Amino acid sequence: MSRAGALALKEPPENGPAETERPAARAAPSSAAPVVAARGLSLTYAAADGPVRALADVDLTVAPGEFVSFIGPSGCGKTTLLRCVADLEQPTGGELVVNGVSAEAARLRRDYGFVFQAPALYPWRTIARNVGLPLEIFGVPRAERRERVARYLDLVQLDGFAKKYPWQLSGGMQQRASIARALCFDPKLLLMDEPFGALDEIVRDHLNAQLLTLWRKTAKTILFVTHSIPEAVYLSTRVVVMSPRPGRIIDIVDCTALGRERPLEIRETPEFLRLGQRVREGLRAGHAYDA
Amino acid sequence: MTHRAARIVLLTPAALLGGVALASAAHRPGLAGEAGPGFWLAALLVWLAATLAARDLAAVAPGTAGRGLARLAVPLLFGFLVLVLWEAVIVGAGVPAVLMPPPSSVALRFATALPVLGADFVQTCLKSALPGYVLGSLSGLGVAILADRFSALKRGLLPVADVASALPIVGIAPIMVMWFGFDWPSKAAVVAVMTFFPMLVQAGAGLAATGRIERDLMRTYAAGYGRTLLSLRLPMALPFLFTALKVNATLALIGAIVAEFFGTPIVGMGFRISIEAARLSLDMVWAEIALAALAGSAFYGLIALIERAATGWHPSVRAG
Repeated sequence: MSRAGALALKEPPENGPAETERPAARAAPSSAAPVVAARGLSLTYAAADGPVRALADVDLTVAPGEFVSFIGPSGCGKTTLLRCVADLEQPTGGELVVNGVSAEAARLRRDYGFVFQAPALYPWRTIARNVGLPLEIFGVPRAERRERVARYLDLVQLDGFAKKYPWQLSGGMQQRASIARALCFDPKLLLMDEPFGALDEIVRDHLNAQLLTLWRKTAKTILFVTHSIPEAVYLSTRVVVMSPRPGRIIDIVDCTALGRERPLEIRETPEFLRLGQRVREGLRAGHAYDA
Repeated sequence: MTHRAARIVLLTPAALLGGVALASAAHRPGLAGEAGPGFWLAALLVWLAATLAARDLAAVAPGTAGRGLARLAVPLLFGFLVLVLWEAVIVGAGVPAVLMPPPSSVALRFATALPVLGADFVQTCLKSALPGYVLGSLSGLGVAILADRFSALKRGLLPVADVASALPIVGIAPIMVMWFGFDWPSKAAVVAVMTFFPMLVQAGAGLAATGRIERDLMRTYAAGYGRTLLSLRLPMALPFLFTALKVNATLALIGAIVAEFFGTPIVGMGFRISIEAARLSLDMVWAEIALAALAGSAFYGLIALIERAATGWHPSVRAG
């Protein structure tokens, strides 16, 4: 019940701190209390043919308001890293602090919203009831639930689809609904695991632009896993380039030079192409490392 | 009007009227028991007309006016044809009623024996099958959830359950009579045992039907076991549960009827079937069989309707 009260007292995201004044994206990651701090993080799990090192010695600090992308070849542990932050996997070594506490405590505090590779909407619930699922679980009163669901459906431009069932929506719309579901309880941290990987290029561009607008509007910290270089550079303040297994960080590319307002056309500019090239070189170096 | 529509309009009444005429003609003195080739040719023609009509009715395109009616008409026409030809063949060929009574005498017996049939229905369906069904299905679901929650139980109990599910009903029915007496509780117990295992197996499969992402989602909400069960796993298991409920609907009736062969008060469908068969009054046996078929289909249909309402989201049910 106290949880519901705390939620009710929060400001709606549109009235959050004015994003233009937030220095976090430009400043060095150490200026504010970090949202995610990993030191020497590693994860080894037992498989049939011996132990597999999914993550090795990952050091990373993410400041509030950052948009950090993780890029690397399949199986490089970028998803594993995200799942560690979400306490869906337990690291076997190193330290991990999320919002000042352990990953488990952060999960139990419902500190983050997670967007999965698939929308994972429950087919027996309407879109509105899917988006409201976390609020139901957190015991938010019905009236507030309805109001929040309407607001966040509006935010992802799905107003008018509240009463539809998931299978009546396209893949892109379903994924937008799952983003609304992750946002509707207003977590300060959003974890996204290749959310647009299954969508076609055009829908993906559209959703990328929407996501960027949403990030500016809501001043959230976003951790975003992708395997698309343009997507990573376009969205992020920093791109973390990872090597093949065992996953370690090869390079961190700062993309703040692109500014916060990024029309889709920015992807044609020399600066954007230069950043993309640097990410690509990092990925290539990672492969040489492995060979 | 298309050729098909014309054929339907012509052939359907022809088959219906021809069938009635054939069945009533069979009863005429001089025909009953000694029908000649002309009679059998007429029967063949009726069958042909009905088959053609049914084929055309089944082929009515979606969206055509009266398609719903046509779809309903096919099984009705078929059922009617079976009854009429059964009547005509049995009476026309003079088959003794002890071997196979004609439907007309079964229907007559059904109508005159309504009070007895009613009492049997109450005893067997309402007092034995229904409570046993509810008890067996609910405890099957409950044990499946427990086995899911406590893996030790799963490993220890499920193999034993597999063995127990192979117990023959003719073996357990007399034991249940020893335990619970002659009246309906022993029959309900047999039904409970029979319906328990299909539900246990299906519910177990249903609870395992959730995907990893769906479960991870609940975990990110810090949702506990009970919450995940209610909000995710039980809804996901619903199609499985309904499969078990439908299988059990049929099993329950069979169990209740057969259990009555092993000692019972002097009422009940199984009891009636066993003594009337012994007295060679096969029309009463068939009347009980008809009653069992009616009750069984109605129960199955009811469960199927509830299933449609409850799992309308499932790909096997939803439209569009």
